Amino acid sequence: MTLTAETPRPTVTAAAGRARRPRLLPRVAPYLQAAPLTVALLLFLLVPILTIVAVSFWDYDSVRIYPDFVLTNYTELLTSPVTWKTYLNTLKYAALTWAITLGIGFTVAYFLAFHIRSTTWQMVLFLLCTIPFWTSNIIRMISWIPFLGRNGLLNSGLISAGIIDQPLEFLLFSDFSVVLAFVHLYALFMVVPIFNSMMRIDRALIEAARDGGASAAQTLWNVILPLTKPGIAIGSIFVVTLVMGDFITVRLMSGGQSASIGLMIANEISLLQYPAAAANAVVLLAVVLIMVVAMLRVVDIRKEL
Amino acid sequence: MNTSRRGLSFYLLAGFFALFVLFLYGPTATILILSFQGPEGGLTFPMNGVSLHWFRNLFEQQAVGDFGGSFRRSIALGLMVMVLTVLFSVLAGFAFRRRFRGSGALFYLAVASLIVPSILVSLGIGLFFNILGLEPAWYSSALGAHLTWTLPFGLLIVFAIFNRFNPAYEEAARDLGASPWQTVRHVVLPILLPSLIGVGLFGFTLSYDEFARTLMTAGSFNTLPLEIYGMTTNVTTPVLYALGSLTTVFSFTVIGVALLGLIALRRHRLRRSGI
Repeated sequence: MTLTAETPRPTVTAAAGRARRPRLLPRVAPYLQAAPLTVALLLFLLVPILTIVAVSFWDYDSVRIYPDFVLTNYTELLTSPVTWKTYLNTLKYAALTWAITLGIGFTVAYFLAFHIRSTTWQMVLFLLCTIPFWTSNIIRMISWIPFLGRNGLLNSGLISAGIIDQPLEFLLFSDFSVVLAFVHLYALFMVVPIFNSMMRIDRALIEAARDGGASAAQTLWNVILPLTKPGIAIGSIFVVTLVMGDFITVRLMSGGQSASIGLMIANEISLLQYPAAAANAVVLLAVVLIMVVAMLRVVDIRKEL
Repeated sequence: MNTSRRGLSFYLLAGFFALFVLFLYGPTATILILSFQGPEGGLTFPMNGVSLHWFRNLFEQQAVGDFGGSFRRSIALGLMVMVLTVLFSVLAGFAFRRRFRGSGALFYLAVASLIVPSILVSLGIGLFFNILGLEPAWYSSALGAHLTWTLPFGLLIVFAIFNRFNPAYEEAARDLGASPWQTVRHVVLPILLPSLIGVGLFGFTLSYDEFARTLMTAGSFNTLPLEIYGMTTNVTTPVLYALGSLTTVFSFTVIGVALLGLIALRRHRLRRSGI
């Protein structure tokens, strides 16, 4: 590089350019190949986030937003007790969903990876778990309503079985239904990476543990669990970030009775309070990034592919 | 692990797995059944007769909204996202096989795209278009918003393929005198093809069902998920379930076609290599 830079410009003739071309192409090829992805992500991810950061310092009234540099959006957000209560509520949803999906994901992945012996069956059952991921989230949420409602399947079933006298009210439009829907939607994000990690465990290690006299529980705890940590970390990152940023599940499943940060932002957007929504979004992004960095300490994702 | 016979733990875990599958599919099955409610039927059981009333209702009554238009837009958008996702992630996959400046930053940008809450993408692109004075539309701003969700998935899948890819095939092609383009065209792409179907499936279905990222970026015309969401707030008849059933059946069809394509491809290759 330095050598060509020192060459006086006028002497770089067309002939020299032609001689270099066959070696130039392989060198610029990666840049050309990466360009479309880079441009798409810069234009539709980085620039929009920078826009949000900029707008979070803007001023607004009921009609429009003004370019400015004010901190009121942040001070109003951070000094309001509503914000803190909402964060607490969102974190509660994230923690509950994380714990339940982890339990389900680990158990399901363990069953598929270690108890199903034929690879064909393994793939069939794995696909059976992943297919709902490719269908509409909104439909999957709505589909709980005839099941959990006052006159829903569960209530009428319990009443006719004589277990309860009157319908359980907490089943729908409550924290219960919100967390249930989250688990329903996102359990898959735990199953897949944990299954992936488990499939890479050398089966000889498990035989060695058994030959060494470890019980099934000891093998699970001391061999499989530590080796599954990367998958658990990746699944946790997915589940926690999806729940932290959600607004639609909370809105639909709590029937407007509960709040989350995403929902708070969505409401500010619908009131056209864009700078307030932007400040809220910046804080949310910071919180999510801190959580992700903490979880990434457990795993190097590039090694996991 | 029990090599001889299946122990109690197998049956307990199998039971748990069965419950999990029931949990995944049960509710969807409920609305599939309820969408065949009789004309007098309501949003919950019992079934008040069995009919196709609500499906007919969906197609004739315009009060339900622009169901046909939003369905067409969602399919067109899904196809665009699919093509761009396959193209961009495969190209980038090739790039990442060599060292290039900024590769680390690009990788982290792609991962960031997965973890940035979707409402931020929606809000950011909406504001960005607003400030530039551009009108958001499903084929521009919403397309970009969807790409931020499908591209990282596509890239990660392509990474996983290339990590398991044996470079000996390419070396053999080169040794036999193939040009770089011939090597890609006749060796690398055929090996990648099954996974590309997977990337395409991700691209299409994730876009077809995306809601949060479309909310502020779709402009004046709704996509299907936006239309369905609108219906949840003001439609109180089983016509909602009819629409839900139709779009779920459509999704299953797309997944089924992709899977059948994969199986057919494998059979075809096995047969050819067998001769």
